[in-house]
Amino acid sequence: MIPDLGKYAGAVLGAYGASILLLVGLVLASLWQARRMKRALDAVEARARARAGEATDV
Amino acid sequence: MSIWEYANPMKFMQTSGWLLPWVTGMTLVCLIGGLFWGFFLTPDDYKQGSTVKIIYLHVPAAIMGTSAWFMMLVTSLIWLVRRHHVSALAAKAAAPIGLTFTVIGLVTGAIWGQPMWGTWWAWDPRLTAFLILGLFYLGYIALWAAVEDPDTAADLTSVLCVVGSVFAFLSRYAVLFWNQGLHQGASLSLDAEENVADVYAWPLWTCIAGFLLLFVLLVLLRTRTEIRARRIAALLARERRLA
Repeated sequence: MIPDLGKYAGAVLGAYGASILLLVGLVLASLWQARRMKRALDAVEARARARAGEATDV
Repeated sequence: MSIWEYANPMKFMQTSGWLLPWVTGMTLVCLIGGLFWGFFLTPDDYKQGSTVKIIYLHVPAAIMGTSAWFMMLVTSLIWLVRRHHVSALAAKAAAPIGLTFTVIGLVTGAIWGQPMWGTWWAWDPRLTAFLILGLFYLGYIALWAAVEDPDTAADLTSVLCVVGSVFAFLSRYAVLFWNQGLHQGASLSLDAEENVADVYAWPLWTCIAGFLLLFVLLVLLRTRTEIRARRIAALLARERRLA
């Protein structure tokens, strides 16, 4: 199944390894930032709603 | 329905939220399928040996490195002309993705160039323009981070984007009119005489589709993050005013 890459195995595997590493890093960083921002927005919006509720109670 | 409806952040969040699972599925199919096809199921080239397999990373990454900048140019111009915030945020969101593609293009090009050309790097018009484009990406990201007021940052980065487009254009088309350097012409074009053999072209088209879909997916995801960050800043500013 694994192709015989011959004398260029280092170059081909190096190119694939570096590229996959960069792409996976980009995707993980994007997902992490998206989740972190969503959690932060949920918290700020909950605080704003609570404050609006307090104002209504008064 | 007008395209300008998507300049409304609420509408953008709604539509992108619906699109994301579909784009994710199509990206995985094209990207994994294309790379698997290219790496495992295509023969070695009679001249380049197994290094031809690098084409499935290098060409899509280089195409998307310049295409991402052209997308940023369009959204930057929309910001400058129509002042739609989602447009400016989409350009900001695309920059790290374009930079990553550019770095992949440069790294895989160097790794491929060493055994084929006998050198990791040459000051060839296309390579040099592509390297400068990478530096423009870094400057663009740094400028967004350096300027505190988001509208001013969007204005300045939009102007930088227009200037950097010269190098995006050169790195894409320099081989057509700047007849010197090591880099060959297009691997794929509508002129059948110039195309690579079909056995390499079909997996290559699949990989290009995969990289394009990955770009769309990440731009949607990161623009949503930028819109949320902007909303947080607005809510916190309101909190401070009320306190």
